Amino acid sequence: MRHSLTFDIAHMLAGSLVLVSFLQLYQDRLYALLNIFALHALVLAASVAWQAHAQDAPHLYITAAIALLFKAIVIPLALHRIIVRLGIHRQIEKVVGVGPAMLLGMGLVALAMVVMLRVTSEADPLAREDLAFALSVVLLGLLMMVTRRNAVSQVVGFMSLENGLVLAATGAKGMPLVVEISVAFSILIAFIVIGIFLFRIRERFDTVDLQALDSFRGERS
Amino acid sequence: MSPAMRFDPVGGVLIIPALAAMLLAVLPGYRLTARINVIAAFATFAVALSLFFGRPAPSPYFHVDDLNNVFIVLTTFVAFTTSVFSASYIGHELETGRLTPTYLRFYHAMYQVLMFAMNLALVANNIGLMWVAIELATLTTVLMVGIYRTHEALEAAWKYFILGSVGIALALFGTILVYMAARPVIGEGADAMVWTSLIVRAGEFDPALLNLAFVFLLLGYGTKVGLAPLHAWLPDAHAEGPTPISAVLSGLLLNVALYALLRFKMLLAANPAALAPGPLMVTMGLISLVFAAFMLYRRRDIKRMFAYSSIEHMGIITFAFGMGGPLANFAGLLHMTMHSLTKSAIFFAVGHIAQVKGTQRIADMGGLTETNPMLGWGLVLGVVAIAGLPPLGIFTSEFLVVTSTFARAPLLAVILVFGLLVGFAALFLRLNTVAFGEPRGKEGQTHASYVPMFAHLALVLLAGVYLPPALVGSFQNVAKLLG
Repeated sequence: MRHSLTFDIAHMLAGSLVLVSFLQLYQDRLYALLNIFALHALVLAASVAWQAHAQDAPHLYITAAIALLFKAIVIPLALHRIIVRLGIHRQIEKVVGVGPAMLLGMGLVALAMVVMLRVTSEADPLAREDLAFALSVVLLGLLMMVTRRNAVSQVVGFMSLENGLVLAATGAKGMPLVVEISVAFSILIAFIVIGIFLFRIRERFDTVDLQALDSFRGERS
Repeated sequence: MSPAMRFDPVGGVLIIPALAAMLLAVLPGYRLTARINVIAAFATFAVALSLFFGRPAPSPYFHVDDLNNVFIVLTTFVAFTTSVFSASYIGHELETGRLTPTYLRFYHAMYQVLMFAMNLALVANNIGLMWVAIELATLTTVLMVGIYRTHEALEAAWKYFILGSVGIALALFGTILVYMAARPVIGEGADAMVWTSLIVRAGEFDPALLNLAFVFLLLGYGTKVGLAPLHAWLPDAHAEGPTPISAVLSGLLLNVALYALLRFKMLLAANPAALAPGPLMVTMGLISLVFAAFMLYRRRDIKRMFAYSSIEHMGIITFAFGMGGPLANFAGLLHMTMHSLTKSAIFFAVGHIAQVKGTQRIADMGGLTETNPMLGWGLVLGVVAIAGLPPLGIFTSEFLVVTSTFARAPLLAVILVFGLLVGFAALFLRLNTVAFGEPRGKEGQTHASYVPMFAHLALVLLAGVYLPPALVGSFQNVAKLLG
């Protein structure tokens, strides 16, 4: 089957997003992670802008602009400042090592491909492969959230998960409310980032000190 | 008469809370704002009641049918009574200095934003709009849970936030998949996300896509319903936030998420080739019920205990809706209503009890029926109701769930009854220490408002003794609608 150039570029951009998600998985410094996240948002913006062009849907340019300005520039800068101001540890504490995390990531991408490509055999090829990539990005974001312990890196995980959702929404041709949904998500993220700052969530929450955990749960009599 | 001039109840349930939120955000003073909060909640309830007498025709964004009408009236009613309770509860929190006036303003504004978001989710005709509304509701409750800013409250808020956001993210993916399934049939654009057009054409959708969508929606909205094993945020959020919010979370927000799930279940049921959503919901419901019933035993914090009881009851409700059919749906709907009323009444009692005792630890409470008879007996009555003893309303609904299950799947009914009994015993074990015996812990009085609590309990009692035919009729209509 031959594809047009439009298809190839969309494919390449969505694939790059998955690749950048993998890059995020093995970062062990917070600043580096933020830079990679900015790249993630940049690729997303390019991908959305390309979809806007390909589908001839000008409102998607707004979504692309939000991704570019807000997620690629404002949020990484704000998080950068928060890390400095709150004196957060710059080392990322991982629950799982790099090797297993990458293997798990590959497994998740394979799962996403198998599930989506089989299920969407009827849909048009651009939409179904976009959706498969989007699900991979979502799952990799989830993986990142569960394998990290710092609040900041969990937030980055959540944001890349959300980038996957925006990719899915823009890939679904003609879907209404995409702009509204991306605005709603941006508000959500802004709240989280402000929340980190206001509540001074310095480190990770979970602790190996069982006593502290018990007193929190109200289980100690 | 021009359309713009006509009285529009759907607009009313949205505009009143939105305006009230803006007003409450700027007004100072506790007495005034608490009153405005109550008045706004009452006005919203009155407007919601008017929906029974005339509904606007569905528009691309809003629609009201038998199903969400019941939910809207229940939501606005409990929101109104909770605002009455909240007025006295928050007054005490201000006196003790747990809340500052700035935070109070924030609290009241958020309360109305939450009402707006829940009403919007219920009346939304567009599945994307419904998702945005549930996200907004999640955000406001996160902020309210963290309002005391203690370490525990922040940790609870953070946990709720992360789990809640992942949940709604998965739900959005499911929503996108529903659109993908609908697009080839309905065509591109807004129509493919409008519920009233989706349900008509659901039979022609690609079943595989619809199945996948439902799995994501079940995981996503199921997190918000608090179904095990996705419930981890729920006990913390209930225990650490202000008690009026615990009441609203348990009594209303869980229902709103369940409502979203039911809508998509109807979509799947309308497609003969799609997988049956029932067994999935039955399984998750039973797991939640049995798990939560056992978890009730080891609780030391009274609000946490009733949070687990909420998981238990959401499990029963999801189970009943999963079984489907007119009788089980009717039972599920009745149980949901009764649970909302009873659980919020219990939280009203528990909120004042925790204020009197200055702690939420069960070990530091005792003999409440002697020291604070009104609160103590209120709690006893509430627990008797929630445990499902006759003649109260929850007995009726649980009895219906159990009997309708015995007729169709006796094995499941055995598990159901087992879970109910385990939970029953745990509740009475704890009730015995808290309400009876030697008075323990700090003694004091509070300016409690008993009216909301006893009003709810009276309604539950009434429903157990006599169900008005009008109510039965409307519930039967909804049960039929749910299929």
